[in-house]
Amino acid sequence: MTTIKLQVNGKKQVVDVDPDTPLLFVLRNYLSLNGPKYGCGLQQCGSCMVLLDGKAQPSCMLPVDSVKDRVITTLEGLTQRNGELHPVQAAFVTEQAAQCGYCLNGMVMQAVALLFENPRPDDAAIRAALQRSLCRCGTQSRIIRAVKRAAM
Amino acid sequence: MQVWNAIEDYQGGETRCHVTGLQVCAPIAPDPTGPPPAIGHKNLPTMLRREFLKNTGCLAIGFTLGGPHFATPAPMLQDLPSSLKRHPNIDAWLHVLSNGQVRIFTGKLELGQGIRTAIAQVAAEELDLGMNQVEIILADTLRTPNEGYTVGSGSIEQSAMAVRYASAAARQKLLELAAQKLNTESGQLTMNNGIISTPSGHRKISFAELLNGKQITDRVQASINLKPKEAYKLVGKAIPRNDINHMVRGKAVYIHDLRFPGMVYATVVRPPIYGAQLISFNEAALKKNVSGVLKTVVNGSFLGVITQDEYQALKAQHWLKQNSRWSKMPPLPAQTPLRELIKTLPSKPQRVEEKGTVSDGNFTLSAQYFKPYIMHGSMGPSCAVALYDNDVLHVWSHTQGAFPLRDALRKLLQLPVEKVQVTGVPGSGCYGHNGADDAATDAALLAMAYPGKHVRLQWTRDDEHAWEPYGSAMLMEVAAKLDGSGTITEWKYDVYTDTHSTRPGGNPENLLAAQYLSTPLKQRGGGYAGGGVRNAEPYYAFPNMKVYGHAFEGPLRVSALRSLGAYANIFAIESFMDELAEKAGKDPFEFRLAHLNDERAKDVIRKLREMIREEKATKGAGIGIAFSRYKNSAAYCAVAAKVKKHPKENTIVIEKMWAAVDAGECINLDGLKNQTEGGMIQSASWTLLEKVQFNETQITSRDWFTYPIMRFNQVPEVFCEVINRPTEAAMGAGEAAQGPAAAAIVNAAYRALGKRIRDLPIQQ
Repeated sequence: MTTIKLQVNGKKQVVDVDPDTPLLFVLRNYLSLNGPKYGCGLQQCGSCMVLLDGKAQPSCMLPVDSVKDRVITTLEGLTQRNGELHPVQAAFVTEQAAQCGYCLNGMVMQAVALLFENPRPDDAAIRAALQRSLCRCGTQSRIIRAVKRAAM
Repeated sequence: MQVWNAIEDYQGGETRCHVTGLQVCAPIAPDPTGPPPAIGHKNLPTMLRREFLKNTGCLAIGFTLGGPHFATPAPMLQDLPSSLKRHPNIDAWLHVLSNGQVRIFTGKLELGQGIRTAIAQVAAEELDLGMNQVEIILADTLRTPNEGYTVGSGSIEQSAMAVRYASAAARQKLLELAAQKLNTESGQLTMNNGIISTPSGHRKISFAELLNGKQITDRVQASINLKPKEAYKLVGKAIPRNDINHMVRGKAVYIHDLRFPGMVYATVVRPPIYGAQLISFNEAALKKNVSGVLKTVVNGSFLGVITQDEYQALKAQHWLKQNSRWSKMPPLPAQTPLRELIKTLPSKPQRVEEKGTVSDGNFTLSAQYFKPYIMHGSMGPSCAVALYDNDVLHVWSHTQGAFPLRDALRKLLQLPVEKVQVTGVPGSGCYGHNGADDAATDAALLAMAYPGKHVRLQWTRDDEHAWEPYGSAMLMEVAAKLDGSGTITEWKYDVYTDTHSTRPGGNPENLLAAQYLSTPLKQRGGGYAGGGVRNAEPYYAFPNMKVYGHAFEGPLRVSALRSLGAYANIFAIESFMDELAEKAGKDPFEFRLAHLNDERAKDVIRKLREMIREEKATKGAGIGIAFSRYKNSAAYCAVAAKVKKHPKENTIVIEKMWAAVDAGECINLDGLKNQTEGGMIQSASWTLLEKVQFNETQITSRDWFTYPIMRFNQVPEVFCEVINRPTEAAMGAGEAAQGPAAAAIVNAAYRALGKRIRDLPIQQ
């Protein structure tokens, strides 16, 4: 066990944990965050995406020890303190871009990272940015619409 | 034939039909241990009974329901949903809370299909409440009606309709009570947002004040006055799902998000292949190599490990996989192509439909189609939490059937029924019988061995891919005769399939772990083979027809996957219709319309034609269409696909898909569209890419690289239009697009490539 300091959603956090533990499990089980999801543990599906210094990264194989100096943002961290949703979150609600919603975290986090770099992405850019994320319910068409709406 | 058409459902001790292996058996007698208890005070444990009595009581049973409260009379003949007949009391479905909210109980589970919202809509509509005044309690053996499994697109037809009638009956009762209280005629009163008022508005009373903590225990009996459809404010509209608002905020929505104080984590180490037995593992070495191990649980070949932390559980599983010995099993038949293997397996023909005379031979056209094993492929691997405390086992599961799982578990663990509780919690979308029940069983077994702690069991991606029960591989052979005018006069169809349900159905044998215990239970043969001939009978009016099913037992674990056999049967029938249309020199739309008698079927096809009227296919591209009525009795769906030849690879790009759907009375317009759009995309993925692979020693499709599904660069644009028929019965539509989507894609591919694809997936 090692004491590790993290910066998550604008707050400093201290956890006593095996330093190899994937960031995903630390976020979910030690910090009680639900946003990032366990989907494959293999960086293949995108369910576990977080923002590391603003870039979308899967957290399921990332040792917590390797992100001590990084600014970590989860889905929860996108919402403002007064409860106001991030434009991407709001667009997913407006477009009803979910069925089971299990993949939604990865979609939203990647869309946020995309819009940060490219505020006016076209269809191809959106698809490319979300390529790492899988959705089994088949809501991709709505997700693309939601990202376009958030970019408006 | 009756047996093929048996409903894939579990109704407690009710009689149901089975097809076991090759033999059609007589209906199984009611379960000798009796049907699961209804939510009624007689069946509740003493403590709960006290609570129950506190919440019910003085409102007399037998208060006559009925009487004109609405201008439009109710339909003369009301066939109440069977869910409601089994749980006829209003308070089984509806409670009024002290804060004025109405709480609705459904025996179904939210699977991402939006059933929670649809049920809230019908309740809010009948009671003139706002959507935010209704809360929904999902399947829970202690709280909700037993509605069997959440399957077969039946939740609208059963649960939502039961709630509609119960809410309408509650409305009548509330108005009668208010009339007494306010000393007026109930017909004079108005109801709005939980308040009942006199016409002047001077005197009013809320639901909560009226009932004063009591509930309405009256039976719901036909005939009930329902709100007239023209007065609807919510039903039929695209009411947004409130749960999406929670999802985007990362609120606890899923079973995976359950956290209990002191919760411990667990994994199960499954054998390398079906049936292998555990020979040995070194527990001392495990503890030396992996920290945090609290307990290993061995029962025969069931090997589980409980740890303090989730990562430790994963490490323990990984270590044990490398350091345990298992018996060798006979090789899986990986050397023979499946489509050939299927024909060599023993099977016996079962008649589905025979009509007129079908000659043998001399057909205008014949073809053979094949569909491999495919996966449910839930995004979140199966998960469960179980607690064994004070002799009571409580399991939280994303099972599609909380009550049947409860019964299967109590029998497996030999516990009295009141000592096992199952609470349904939404999981990742399942699309059928995935690993949910098995993970719940794993958790239950481990919790029994580690009492007093919540044990969280999480399957890995590898567990889910390798051990979920797949949708069966199927082979379809079809032949037909055309007359001189291009009309089909004879139709012959044979489908070869394994079972399409091995759900536990209240019995323990089909629970995965049960088959590996020191006293192993043997998987029940057969199961719901009827699913294999779902939609095997064409919906077209052919004068002479011969349709047979052939049930085999294949090499891989199988069960219910969205639409069961309908996906493959419609793929075959609608591909063949396209081939016949070409042979007859007819337009594919006209050819189908000419063979249909049902105007609603024709309407979805005409609607589809209108939707794609402007769409043109250039060289190297093609548009294909297909139609089906799901189960030949549920939603109508016509689908078109536009595909083009892939610029570099030997495959196609699916550019666009369109669906026209008629599910009768539409409850939630956006929910229906969402299901249909998603159905098309999921079916496109199955059709283009998916095939479970195995070699002689193991399943080799074990992650998203070895079992690829569609990614964003492959997903088509999708469009859906709904023909709403408010005066027709509401029908489930969650599975309606699967079959026609597949056929539309291969029909389009034929035009784009000039090649007829009869073996799935398209991309080999």
